[in-house]
Amino acid sequence: MDDLTKLVSNYIAKEYLVEGSEVTETMTLISSGIVDSFSMVPLKRFLEKKCNIKIADACATAEAFDTVQNIVALVRRVQNE
Amino acid sequence: MAFNEAGRSWYQAEIQAIRAAGLFKDERLICSPQSAEIEVEFPAGAAVRKCINICANNYLGLSSHPAVIRAAHAGLDARGYGMSSVRFICGTQDIHRQLEKRLSEFLGTEDTVLFPSCMDANAGFFEACLTERDVAIADRLVHASIVDGMRLSKAIQDSYKHSDMGHLEEKLQEHQDKRFRMIVTDGVFSMDGDLARLDEIVSLAEKYDAMVFLDDSHATGFIGKTGRGTHERCGVYGRIDAITTTLGKALGGASGGCVSGRRELVEMCRQRARPFLFSNTVAPVIVAGALQVLDLISASTERRDKLEWNAAYWRGLLTEAGFDIKAGESPIVPVMLYNAKLAQDFARDLFTEGIYAVGFFFPVVPKGQARIRTQLSAAHEKHHLDTAMAAFRKVGTKYGILGLGRKELIEKFGM
Ligand SMILES: Cc1ncc(COP(=O)(O)O)c(C=O)c1O
Repeated sequence: MDDLTKLVSNYIAKEYLVEGSEVTETMTLISSGIVDSFSMVPLKRFLEKKCNIKIADACATAEAFDTVQNIVALVRRVQNE
Repeated sequence: MAFNEAGRSWYQAEIQAIRAAGLFKDERLICSPQSAEIEVEFPAGAAVRKCINICANNYLGLSSHPAVIRAAHAGLDARGYGMSSVRFICGTQDIHRQLEKRLSEFLGTEDTVLFPSCMDANAGFFEACLTERDVAIADRLVHASIVDGMRLSKAIQDSYKHSDMGHLEEKLQEHQDKRFRMIVTDGVFSMDGDLARLDEIVSLAEKYDAMVFLDDSHATGFIGKTGRGTHERCGVYGRIDAITTTLGKALGGASGGCVSGRRELVEMCRQRARPFLFSNTVAPVIVAGALQVLDLISASTERRDKLEWNAAYWRGLLTEAGFDIKAGESPIVPVMLYNAKLAQDFARDLFTEGIYAVGFFFPVVPKGQARIRTQLSAAHEKHHLDTAMAAFRKVGTKYGILGLGRKELIEKFGM
C-alpha cells in the first residue's frame, strides 16, 4: 500500500467506521451507506488540506468518493492537473 | 421548454426506477381524525377499515383532543382563517406573540420565533446565524432538514459519529481556529429513538467554547419529568443556546415550528432567516390550538406520564415476545428486522391484522438496518397495545423470527 492509499484508508477507518473494523481499497463507501453525502464534506476538506489541492465541487461526485481506490485516483488526477 | 415527450419519458423512467428499487412511497388514505384508532382506505379504492395506529408522532394524543379542537374553533372565530401575509408585513397577531412567549417559558429560553414548520426553522437558522468564519459540527444522524440548513449556510460543515463524544471532542479541538463553533444535535433521534448525550455535549461546549443547537422535535412535550424536552431529562435545562422544535408532533400535530434560545440568535432569525421572511405566517387557528396545548401540558404531566408508561409496557411486551428492539426509554421503539423486504412484508401483514405500522429501510436508515418503527401515544390504552402485540406475535411467528437476535435474523434473511 502506498502512502496516499494508507493516508486515505486510515482516515476513513477513523472517521467513519466503528472501532476495530478495517477498510479495503475496493469496499464501497457511499453506495453502501457507510459515508453519506453529508459526512463526505470533512473527507473532501481533509484531502484538500493534507494533499494541498483544491477539489472542484463538480469532481466531488458520489462515484469519485465511493472507494479508497477512486479517491486516490481522484487525488492523483487533481495533483497532475 | 415545453413539457415535451422526451421530458415526460425521462420522468417516467425515473419514477419507474424508484419503483424498481422498492423505494416508491404510497400514501394511505385516512378517513378519520388522527388517533389511536383510525379508519384507513388502502390500497386506494379498497373498503375503509378500522385499525390501530402505532406510527404517528401524536405522542401526547392531542391531535384530536376536544379541548384543543374547541380552542381552535374559538381562535378561528376570533382571529379568522388566514392572514395572507408573511410575519413582518401584516402577519403578526397578538396571539402569535403570546405563543412565542409561552414557548419560551416552556422551553426555558430567552425568546422564540415561530416558523411555518420545523423544517423551515432548521433550513433558515444556520444561514441566519453563522458565517464562513464559523463551523457547525453535527451528529451524523441529525434530521434531513438540519443537513439542508447547514448546506444553505456559509459556515464550514463538519460532523461526528453518532453520539460519539470522543469524536466530537476531536472535532472541537480541530476547529479551535474558527470564530464560532456550534454543536448540532437532535434531542431524540427519530429513527433509533435514542437520546443525545446532552449533558456531555454541554460540558464539551463549555470546555471548547462552542454553542449548542438542539432539534427537540421528538421530545418537546414529553421527555423530562415535566415534558420540557431532552435538556430537562439530561439536567441542562436553560443551558441550550438554540432549540428548534415542531408543533407538528406532540404539541397538537397541526403544523408550525420555532427557533427558541438566546435573544440575539432568535432576533437574527427574525431579521435574516429566509423561510421566516418569505413564507406565510402560521394560521391563527393553529396558534390558538397550540396555546391550548401549552395550557394542558403545563397544568398536568398526566399525558406524558401515561406515554412513559405505555412506552415501557410496549417495550416489555416486545422483548418478552422475543423481538429484537433498540433499547431506550423514548416512545420511539424500532423493531429491528435488518432486511428491507422482510420489513415491507412484515408491515403489510400487520396491516392485514389491523395494525398500521411502517417499514423503514435504506436510504431512510443505513443499509442492513431495516426495521418497523413503532411509536407510542398517550392516546393508546393498554388494550390497544395488547391487541397490537397479538398481531406482532402472529406475524412474527409466521416468519419464524421470535427469539432471533441480529446475527440470526441476518443469517436467515440477509441484510
Ligand atoms: C427531528 C426533526 N426535525 C424537524 C422535523 C420537521 O418538522 P416539521 O414537520 O415541523 O417541518 C422533523 C419531522 O419529521 C423531525 O423529525
